[in-house]
Amino acid sequence: MRVPVSWLREYVDLPADVTARDLAAKLIAAGLEVETVDEVGADITGPIVIGRVTAIEELTGFKKPIRYCRVDVGAANDSGDPQYIVCGARNFTEGDLVVTALPGAQLPGGFAISARTTYGKVSEGMICSAAELNLWDDHTGIIVLPEGFAEPGADAYGLLGLREDVLDIAVTPDRGYALSMRGVAREAAAVYGAAFRDPADVPTASQASGGGYPASVADPAICSRYVLRTVTGFDPEAATPLWMKRRLALTGVRSISLAVDVTNYVMMELGQPLHAWDRARLRGPIEVRLARKDEQLETLDHVKRTLNPDDILITDESGPINIAGVMGGLATEISATSTDVVIEAAHFTDTHIARASRRHQLSSESSRRFERGVDSALQLAAATRAVRLLAELGGAEVDPGYTDIGHGVAREPIPMAADHPGRVAGVDYPRDRVVARLREVGCTVVDDEAADSLLVTPPSWRPDLTDRNDLAEEVIRYEGYENIPAIAPRAPAGRGLTDGQRLRRTVGRSLAGAGFVEVLSYPFLGRRDFDKLQLAADDGRRSALKLVNPLNDDEPLLRTTLLPGLLKTLVRNVGRGFGDVALFEMGLVYLPGADAPEKAPILRVDRGPAPEELASVEAAIPHQPRRVGAVLAGDREPAGWWGPGRAAVWADAIEAAREVGRAAGVEMTVKADQRAPWHPGRCAALYVSVGGVTRLVGHAGELHPRVVQEYGLPARTVAMEVELDAIEAARTTARAPEISAYPVATQDVALVIDASIPVSEVEEALRAGAGPLLESVRLFDVYTGEQVGEGRRSLAYSLRFRAPDRTLKAEEIATARDAAVAAAGERTGAVLRG
Amino acid sequence: MSASNNSYDPVEVTSLHPDEVARMRDEALAAIAGAASLADLKEVRLAHAGDRSPLALANREIGALQPTARADAGKRVGGARREVSEALKARQAVLEEERDSRVLVEEAVDVTLPWDRAPRGARHPLTTVAERMADIFVGMGFEVAEGPEVEAEWFNFDALNFLPDHPARTMQDTFFVESRTGGESGLVLRTHTSPVQIRALLGRELPVYVVAPGKTFRTDELDATHSPVFHQLEGLVVDEGITLAHLRGAIDAFVEGMFGSGLRTRFRPSYFPFTEPSAEVDMECFVCRGASVGDPDRPCRTCSSEGWIELGGCGVVNPRVLTAAGVDTGRYSGWAFGLGVERTLMFAHGVQDMHDMVEGDVRFTSAFGMEI
Repeated sequence: MRVPVSWLREYVDLPADVTARDLAAKLIAAGLEVETVDEVGADITGPIVIGRVTAIEELTGFKKPIRYCRVDVGAANDSGDPQYIVCGARNFTEGDLVVTALPGAQLPGGFAISARTTYGKVSEGMICSAAELNLWDDHTGIIVLPEGFAEPGADAYGLLGLREDVLDIAVTPDRGYALSMRGVAREAAAVYGAAFRDPADVPTASQASGGGYPASVADPAICSRYVLRTVTGFDPEAATPLWMKRRLALTGVRSISLAVDVTNYVMMELGQPLHAWDRARLRGPIEVRLARKDEQLETLDHVKRTLNPDDILITDESGPINIAGVMGGLATEISATSTDVVIEAAHFTDTHIARASRRHQLSSESSRRFERGVDSALQLAAATRAVRLLAELGGAEVDPGYTDIGHGVAREPIPMAADHPGRVAGVDYPRDRVVARLREVGCTVVDDEAADSLLVTPPSWRPDLTDRNDLAEEVIRYEGYENIPAIAPRAPAGRGLTDGQRLRRTVGRSLAGAGFVEVLSYPFLGRRDFDKLQLAADDGRRSALKLVNPLNDDEPLLRTTLLPGLLKTLVRNVGRGFGDVALFEMGLVYLPGADAPEKAPILRVDRGPAPEELASVEAAIPHQPRRVGAVLAGDREPAGWWGPGRAAVWADAIEAAREVGRAAGVEMTVKADQRAPWHPGRCAALYVSVGGVTRLVGHAGELHPRVVQEYGLPARTVAMEVELDAIEAARTTARAPEISAYPVATQDVALVIDASIPVSEVEEALRAGAGPLLESVRLFDVYTGEQVGEGRRSLAYSLRFRAPDRTLKAEEIATARDAAVAAAGERTGAVLRG
Repeated sequence: MSASNNSYDPVEVTSLHPDEVARMRDEALAAIAGAASLADLKEVRLAHAGDRSPLALANREIGALQPTARADAGKRVGGARREVSEALKARQAVLEEERDSRVLVEEAVDVTLPWDRAPRGARHPLTTVAERMADIFVGMGFEVAEGPEVEAEWFNFDALNFLPDHPARTMQDTFFVESRTGGESGLVLRTHTSPVQIRALLGRELPVYVVAPGKTFRTDELDATHSPVFHQLEGLVVDEGITLAHLRGAIDAFVEGMFGSGLRTRFRPSYFPFTEPSAEVDMECFVCRGASVGDPDRPCRTCSSEGWIELGGCGVVNPRVLTAAGVDTGRYSGWAFGLGVERTLMFAHGVQDMHDMVEGDVRFTSAFGMEI
């Protein structure tokens, strides 16, 4: 809502020294979001005066006709002699009053006026159009002022309102009343403690309703009040007065014709949307009703619209003529020949208008107001104000009869303890302050000293005030949010972060410490991602939730794996010149449940949900486990003056997964697996033990060359993805080990074994065979070659033995070692290398 | 030594002759003086002062002497060994000194050589700033509550007093999830962290003091100041006797913890369906502290010379919300806030463009390290 300050001052006695910025600050503090203070015309300076054209010489021989005018500007040019001005406009004659910019003036856009030679004449200034002065949008010619407007030489600034401060207010959905000068003025009066004159306080009618244009309302639930007033003998040629054009322009409304301008002006003034019809185009009585199936209407914007049974319509015998509160129909539009005008002022139900506006994608000044709630007692006053203006400015006759259906919305009093606002704010407001503030809002307050509660009836223009907290807010904001003290909250002792929350931080720090950079990618995917990942047609990861309204039609799905986001981010970094990249992401994936209900129910809100109601909602919510993924490409360790670098390999991906396990204190075991998107020979499945049960938590390894190609990744990019929730579930309480101070005995053994046997099995066998004296096993060399034979390899292990209570004897050590080797031989066919 | 040894060798032991002892001593002293390095000296020590050195062997012979001669020989050999030992110590000191002044210098390296062998990682600043924001409240005794990102409409809207026709519930603002059959699922990508309020109230004992950091979604195209995926920190307190004053106290504590002390905050009345009264909360610009307002010569990039920075929305929990969560509104009241994590990061660390926070460029993230 754009609010010219001079217009506002008509209704509220603001102190003269209050600037627009002061006013804005006060209104902001009271809850009106003043976004900017627009200093319209601040870029206009210098002498701009009223002039009278006393002679016109037509210049010929140019591309277009040009006039050389003698303009009387009184004493404004100091000499008192006429100014001679060249002008290209033709919409004036000798004797007309015009607006003249004299040399030295500056017009919007830094346009400096000086005496200069043009079309062979010296032009001593400029005769201005409305557009050149930023008054309103009119390029049809210069401004011709009505006779008697002012004397030549008079300063134009004040007369035309060349400069005006305009507050631009973003009105929140609860404050529909602030979409009017009336509403903002009431706020300004309250915050300044100044007198308020209600512009809606107009004498409405000398007689009871009746005799107006015939109308009926099918259901008061869609329209609580319906007023029609008529004027006859309106002069369709009558021009909109300059002051009205100017005010409309300042509020952002284009001037169309006097009849339309009047409806807009009254809407801006009072907040009541109005509609004007040419009575000659109406066919029979008007009915306000809901639309019927398949009814159609061509609206003012020349769009044929199919109406919805939820749309409120204004109809006559010809069918629909308006989508109520949203837009009028083309057929009944007011025209350049309309002499009898019917003005409609109604109170339509906000939710219907909101839905209709959304359905038809039509947001109008009218629908914006109805959606937020219009004063339900304003209709007759607004219609009366409009017809009076039409009479006054357009020479029309006001029809004494009028139509007035319905009673508006009755307001029930809200009981509220007088100290309730204070208890909400944490401030002691005296009872009489509370009552006074509520009355400033416009509420009727019954303050029975004997009763605890006040009985507060909100005014008709505040449909948003329904609960006692709404009333509390009104008191608190007028008393000033800035006067609320700050008191530190005293929470009971908290338990700190949960284990899971701490784990996430530890995992993030561990991976970052290991050289991975965290990314937060968007969780949107397309089917194409699943193809690129080489997922089989029946792969469960293809079963993803789909958005109804994705931002990008190619990516309507919610991720079931973190990898696509990571891979795309990796490609972006490589493209920006960072070929050695290690990235990780921690986040949710969204897994639709196969047996989830079709729809999550909408529960009632007038009480807490019963356990089974809540369960029915929860059952529909997809499983959303937290995963950790990582990708690496290029060198894991860079080359440098110390020597060559080391390329990231499949094992780095597994190690990244193990890093996550270590952060959780969970041992991970690895088995070879084949699973997209990984290289079938370089893919590890990762397991943890949850309460003794082995559970798969993810995969790691080198990506399949096709995946590398599809995403444009560096060759041999590696990746891992594990489920953090599952790893967390595998956590156990760490127990302190017994530390033996007796000496260690180290035994190295080399085992020759079939190369197809995974080393993890060998190690497992060695551990099992060696028994409790074994402290650690470490594979320190792997050898393949002629010496061990085709298809075989030699594994060199270092076994460390130690006893908790004694120094081990040589025989004990040899026995344990031999047992370890024997177990390895038995389980895996390993033989001691000779 | 079960009995005294009376059968000593009557022959004179030549190695104990005074001249011989002096010779051994002199040889040792000469060798010590001639040792050019600590390694040489170590060999000299072994040869002339070790267990098998001439003087040590000579010392063993003393027992073979007549008792009357033993004291004399002992004194002689002992004196010589002491001299050798002292000479060794002195030479050791000299050589160590020499090593310190020469060898260590020779071994000097260029310590400015780079050693970036271990790759450096970093956590995303949105992660760490959200942790920091939450920790301020955890320090006050709050707990961290959580909820799903794909959320039921009832939690995201209805329970928060969004009426069915509220404009936020349109596809203009909210991502809707299709049901299996392509119909309405009653599920959305949560548009704010506020549904966690309802989850906290349903899942916890009262009083409730929680914050909920998390990912949120709205159908905004990515530009310099918007992202369809962004982060909020929700705060919720429901207890007896809770007022707006406590909310101001909590916000002030947050501002102090995050931006430093002495910064004013202000509440501006506003509107949210789930709080009533509601406010937008601003903090004084921590860079210019308002000095840039109306001073075109000293513009402030952080607050665009407005003097205030908008932190988020807050208010008294609408009793309708408490009712929907089954809380007795006669006894309990509360407040809630929602702070933007991206905004906080942008202001606190001078991030200029939303793209930087979502693109995953390692240069951006690495600049923030492990903690923020």
